[in-house]
Amino acid sequence: MKIRTLNRHLKESLKSIVRNGWMTFASVSAVTVTLVLVGVFYIILMNLNEVATSVEEDVSIKVLIDSTAEKAEINNLQKQIQQMKDVESVTFSSKDQELNALIADLGDDGNVFLFLKDDNPLRDAFILKAKNPEDTGAVAKQVEKLDYVYKVTYGKEYVEKLFDVIEVSRNVGLVLILGLLFTAIFLISNTIKITIVARRSEIEIMRLVGATNNFIRWPFFLEGLWLGILGSVIPIILVLFSYKELYNLIAPSLQDNFIKILPFDPFAYQTCLILLVMGSLIGIWGSVMSVRKFLKI
Amino acid sequence: MIEMRNVYKKYPNGVVAANGIDVEINQGEFVYVVGSSGAGKSTFIKMMYREEKPTSGTIIVNGMDITKIKNSKIPIFRRSIGVVFQDFKLLPKLTVFENVAFALEVIEESPRQIKRRVMEVLDLVNLKHKARMFPNELSGGEQQRISIARSIVNSPRVVIADEPTGNLDPETTWGIMKIFEDINARGTTIVMATHNKEIVNTNKHRVIAIEDGMIVRDELLGGYDEN
Repeated sequence: MKIRTLNRHLKESLKSIVRNGWMTFASVSAVTVTLVLVGVFYIILMNLNEVATSVEEDVSIKVLIDSTAEKAEINNLQKQIQQMKDVESVTFSSKDQELNALIADLGDDGNVFLFLKDDNPLRDAFILKAKNPEDTGAVAKQVEKLDYVYKVTYGKEYVEKLFDVIEVSRNVGLVLILGLLFTAIFLISNTIKITIVARRSEIEIMRLVGATNNFIRWPFFLEGLWLGILGSVIPIILVLFSYKELYNLIAPSLQDNFIKILPFDPFAYQTCLILLVMGSLIGIWGSVMSVRKFLKI
Repeated sequence: MIEMRNVYKKYPNGVVAANGIDVEINQGEFVYVVGSSGAGKSTFIKMMYREEKPTSGTIIVNGMDITKIKNSKIPIFRRSIGVVFQDFKLLPKLTVFENVAFALEVIEESPRQIKRRVMEVLDLVNLKHKARMFPNELSGGEQQRISIARSIVNSPRVVIADEPTGNLDPETTWGIMKIFEDINARGTTIVMATHNKEIVNTNKHRVIAIEDGMIVRDELLGGYDEN
């Protein structure tokens, strides 16, 4: 295609957007609403994933060792645990280390336990990590059966509930996003269909004087692209402004619980890019679908 | 030039609009196609520019078998013919110049070439001075002259006209006929479907009469009705 022709198509597509004012508005709104919702779901999903990962990484099993166990028996126990196929790592933590960690964890309040240093009531422990965080429960059960194991603890219910919530919201989110996308494509293709019907005679004349289908298609293709891009402007602005605010609002309180959410840079920019690409694709797809019908001979 | 062999056309609703048409039209001829409404005139014309495809038979226009060409080649074929309609089919939002230039833009002519050719054909139809006006600012006759200018702007070897004077008053009709005669005098084939007895009987040319999808009369320098 010649540059001159591309110029013509560009001009035509822009003219059509202005000329079909209300239809343009309707399509752009459809894309906007869809992308805002998609954006919200995407941000929630990605952050849930991030939270899940940070929690997953944090899920460890604490194995308290019976206080009657001798050094050799402790070593033996460690070997047994290490041989389990789902276990990633085993770290020994003596009861003194345990007490120090407890005091450190509690910060200033921890000082009240300082007196215990002389007669430490805690037990030696192993800290385990499962290879696959979802196997944590199974590993814990296996370890429980071994000799000289006093008690096995992990945030059982908390962890399992969290995984359930993430799983469900992931699926629901995906279904919703797909549904929304199809709705938007349907709306755009209908809108462009209406602008095409209005320009039916133009297409008829174009075909009569020997315009190729591609030549006829291009302006509509570009029009769809513009509608998609215009539709993604507001969602992008919303993401840029609100994610920063939201991050500043939520992140500090979550950090207290060692939960991370995705930082503004680069996550917000990536989201914007995704919305822009998605908007463009919706627009192009919608327009291509509706033009096709009119070019059949 | 234009050749139809054993052309048969049946529409999905069962109407047979062409029932074994055999005809040959030579380069430079001027042909009237006459017949009552529903006789198959329009189908005959539409098959010539591949708006309709015959159910069976062969149609060759400008050396191309248009019953066999691929859909993607239709645009290329259309560039070798000009088509004029009763309702002009001009784009109301484009100026006279732009309407005519449209036919050259779609084939990606250079702007200089477009300007030269458009002014040339507008001169031919005596509307050069109205190039910047819009169709709705012009009379029906003037609008038809623009549509004729558009049909000949890429120098087709044949112009197909479907009742080009159907919407015009008698006086204007003669002006349009004068233009078609001029175009024909330059060697372009003209095929014109018409209901207008007077022009057929006055400007004598070959007459093809169609009834019930069949050619019932094909007369050189014939009249509208059978003698």
